[in-house]
Amino acid sequence: MRAKTVDRIATSVIIGVAVLIMAVLAALLGFLLVRGVRHIDFHFLTSFPQAIKTGGGIGPQLFNSLFLLVLTMIITIPLGLGAGIYMSEYAKQNRLTDFIRLVVEVLSSFPSIVVGLFGLLVIVNTFNLGYSLLSGALALTVFNLPMMVRLTEQSLRAVPREQKEAGLALGMSKWKTITSVMLPVALPSIVTGSILAAGRVFGEAAALLFTAGMSSPRLDFTDWNPLHPTSPLNPLRPAETLAVHIWKINSEGLAPDAPEIAAGASAVLVIMVLLFNLGARWFGRVLYRKLTASK
Amino acid sequence: MSKHAFYTKDLSVYYGEKQAVKKISMEFPAREVVALIGPSGCGKSTFLRSLNRMNDLIPGARIEGEVWIEGRNICDPGTDVVSLRQRIGMVWQRPNPFHKSIYENVAFGPRYHGIRGKKALDEIVEECLRKTALWDEVKDRLHQSALALSGGQQQRLCIARSLAVRPSILLMDEPASALDPVSTSKIEELIAELKKEYSIVIVTHNMQQAARISDKTAFFFLGDLIEYDDTQKMFTNPSKKSTDDYISGRFG
Repeated sequence: MRAKTVDRIATSVIIGVAVLIMAVLAALLGFLLVRGVRHIDFHFLTSFPQAIKTGGGIGPQLFNSLFLLVLTMIITIPLGLGAGIYMSEYAKQNRLTDFIRLVVEVLSSFPSIVVGLFGLLVIVNTFNLGYSLLSGALALTVFNLPMMVRLTEQSLRAVPREQKEAGLALGMSKWKTITSVMLPVALPSIVTGSILAAGRVFGEAAALLFTAGMSSPRLDFTDWNPLHPTSPLNPLRPAETLAVHIWKINSEGLAPDAPEIAAGASAVLVIMVLLFNLGARWFGRVLYRKLTASK
Repeated sequence: MSKHAFYTKDLSVYYGEKQAVKKISMEFPAREVVALIGPSGCGKSTFLRSLNRMNDLIPGARIEGEVWIEGRNICDPGTDVVSLRQRIGMVWQRPNPFHKSIYENVAFGPRYHGIRGKKALDEIVEECLRKTALWDEVKDRLHQSALALSGGQQQRLCIARSLAVRPSILLMDEPASALDPVSTSKIEELIAELKKEYSIVIVTHNMQQAARISDKTAFFFLGDLIEYDDTQKMFTNPSKKSTDDYISGRFG
């Protein structure tokens, strides 16, 4: 009888906690969306911001966020995959690799403002990359890399040992077995994880304040030569991202409609991150089907 | 070519300090089935897995002694174990098809070893699937996932996959113990068919199975090879008492 009562109490506590979390999430999302969505229209998403007049948009910021994301992933994915494969398949189990794992853990829990300052001192000043998209991407790589390494390592470890043995038993090299037998099995979870990491990059502000900068040049969206200073594709220009823009107009915005713009931009940000999450699941499933020829 | 497909000489395997296989010397006749029997933990699987150096993957595992296959000692550090494994097929207890299509599972190995033409690969796939009596069951869905097959079909596909790289030896680690009786009997028929071309070593816990399918039987106990003789003699008139006890179910 007592065990039954305890069981019932435990069950209701666990359900209660789950409901609470759902409620908090729903409230947050609802608040952001209700306040923000009505400001979102095509004009808002594509036009330039206004410093002191109403009717400004978030076009360049949205573009910057997406471009920065792509740059970051271009740097992160090869490094993370390589390190993850090393940690799971090549590294011996010893003190050194335990230490590397610890470092990776610590790195992933670094406060983002500290990463931002590190970026300012090392990337922006010492390497003289200035406030630029590239500096921002490198700073974000510091964040994303640990997650990517851990993700790759865990996904590969989750592949059954018999899969690896089957590849080797056919007389394949270790490298071929990893790339053609194990990675296809692990890839969906790696892809899902990296898209989730991308979502985090999208919402990051603190680490970008001192690296990608808080302003954008007057971008010329007709000039796609990456070497021109006002070209959107120039990776060495400063770039204010959406998250940074929200922070800036909230704290020092002079436009009369600054609160509305902040609300709209926040809603856009949340919707984008949601889309990343849903997209990640969908893409992971599609990829798995494609690679394994399953229905 | 000698009548022995391969043989081991004083083969020992250690896991850390523990000696799992103790100085075993065994000869495996060509194109016959040798069953390895013995209670769990007696070292028979470890012994089997050291014949193609699969134990290299296990941290702390160490091999001493010699395994001679086609004139090469595979335990020699200078031996190219990667190319050697192509000559030795392996089948595991649980079916482990690649997460690929049925066709790809079979074609993957030969393509890696240099066979590129689509026609040549098609032929290999058909030949191997016919050998494993799977062709008629899957010929209409070759490009569907291998994971959609039943357990018994998956296991036969795994055998077909190992045949595709043209081995001369097949190592089977309890290949039917995870399957239902119908699938098991199919696998056994298959083994009887395959021994016309391949030398087969099979680990099994099933005494009847060992008696039905093998030509020779080896009894392992605590890492030692207790007795190794013709299956008929082993099951009717073994020379060691512990063999008799084990086979008749008095221990193990």
